[in-house]
Amino acid sequence: MAKTIAEINEKIKKGKVVVVTAEEIIDLVEKKGIEKAARQIDIVTSATFGPMCSSGAYFNTGHSKPKIKLGGGKTYLNEVPVYTGLAAVDFFLGAAALPDNDSRNRVHPGEFRYGGGHVIEDLVTGKDVKLVASAYGTDCYPRKNLETWINIKDFNEAVLFNPRNAYQNYNVAVNLSNKVIYTYMGILQPRLGNANYCSAGQLSPLFNDPYYKTIGIGTRIFLGGGIGYIAWQGTQHNPNVPRTKGGVPRSGAGTIAVIGDLKKMSPEWLRGTTLRGYGVNLTVGIGLPIPILNEEILQYTAVRDEEIYTQIIDYSDAYPKGKSDSLAEVNYGELKSGKITIQGKEVPTASLSSYAKARKIAGILKNWIKKGEFFLTEPVELLPSVDSGVMFKPLRERKIR
Amino acid sequence: MAKRRLVLTFPPKLVEEPITYRLIKDYDLVVNILRAKISPEEEGRLMIELSGEKSALKRGMDYLNGLNVNIQSLARDIRWLEEKCTHCTVCVPLCPTEAIVVDRNSMKISFNKDKCIACGACIPACPYKAIEILF
Repeated sequence: MAKTIAEINEKIKKGKVVVVTAEEIIDLVEKKGIEKAARQIDIVTSATFGPMCSSGAYFNTGHSKPKIKLGGGKTYLNEVPVYTGLAAVDFFLGAAALPDNDSRNRVHPGEFRYGGGHVIEDLVTGKDVKLVASAYGTDCYPRKNLETWINIKDFNEAVLFNPRNAYQNYNVAVNLSNKVIYTYMGILQPRLGNANYCSAGQLSPLFNDPYYKTIGIGTRIFLGGGIGYIAWQGTQHNPNVPRTKGGVPRSGAGTIAVIGDLKKMSPEWLRGTTLRGYGVNLTVGIGLPIPILNEEILQYTAVRDEEIYTQIIDYSDAYPKGKSDSLAEVNYGELKSGKITIQGKEVPTASLSSYAKARKIAGILKNWIKKGEFFLTEPVELLPSVDSGVMFKPLRERKIR
Repeated sequence: MAKRRLVLTFPPKLVEEPITYRLIKDYDLVVNILRAKISPEEEGRLMIELSGEKSALKRGMDYLNGLNVNIQSLARDIRWLEEKCTHCTVCVPLCPTEAIVVDRNSMKISFNKDKCIACGACIPACPYKAIEILF
């Protein structure tokens, strides 16, 4: 029995919609079976809350008197440089940006206490931030310097725009060397001292619609505590990787680019993030509703941690050298138990992505839908799937003479 | 047997007093030094676990008080800022004493101050600066 998104929205309007989270659906399908569950359930909510480097926001400050052209000059928010190669008072702040005077990794491992992600968190908290700019001056934009406090309310637009979020699966990072290494997957102790992963597994959005059959451009989502939309496939979107029989990718695969009004987001779901010896980042809360259009879609959403596999990669050698050698394959049920066995050694596991927070987001989105505050959208175009030929290629260097 | 975890701060004039020796020899206490530091101003800080008979422990504490050593409970020097914690769990394997543990149902962490030896291994690992040690 197939349903349409329009029919589901009609049920939301009437207060008759049946929504469960991607965790709750697992037991429900076990008890009722696919056919019955697909008839009863209209929407499954999925979610994730993890560090997502490829995040940022763009802003329009409004014009000062006299006017200044930030483009071609230098502009800082709380000493963090923003990208000004746009119109006079538009700029983009990247989550990984660092103050010019940050000592970075000169004394290794660098502390990276503050950067772009933290500025975004401060802004959504409602804190004033320091805007400092210098420009070259033109006949129409004569001013050369600007220094002012600015609040998120003062910007004409403040828009979160993340080119890559919600990775469908990710490596488990370990360290085979004899010294501690500091990575974007956390601090890795020598000789397989720990194994870090970063996914909400069975709750994670793209694991619940592995072939992107309901997800596409224009899909409305929970983003950073507010409303957002999928803008495009994310960078490095890579649908053509080996998959399980159930269609779940066995390594990093699909991604989404997302956009939404930063002014309506909350610091609980956008957190400035520090990774010692690596840099700064933004941890982003994303919730994605999956319309149960038919039994096939429902079957996908019932996926459980034990059916989702990923690869264990050595970050002391294989990863930095761009070799994709996997030490072993492991599932998220094993990862979440707290220990796995690699090369005969018991290794404690830890996650960078918060399962507890992902669970909370899936619950919030479920409530928004139940209360009739959140309606589904029909995607304008689905994300490229396995038949698209889209591939994530390495950089081929060519000599410049 | 009684046990206490303490942070002792002592002024420069006491730096040469063999405090741990006295606690062991004169007061019959088991002394486990968890961490020790002498600051540039030569103020000494000693993070210590004392265990022994209740009465011996009391007499040992009286001895320390008599020397003008500042004594405070270790637990006061370590703070888990729960409102900043996202329960990601990345700190958990780095804790040598299992003071930070994960409830595998809720997937939330909890912090047991009594087990913490303030080694500081979790501090650089926390992406959200949710653990503080004032030592």
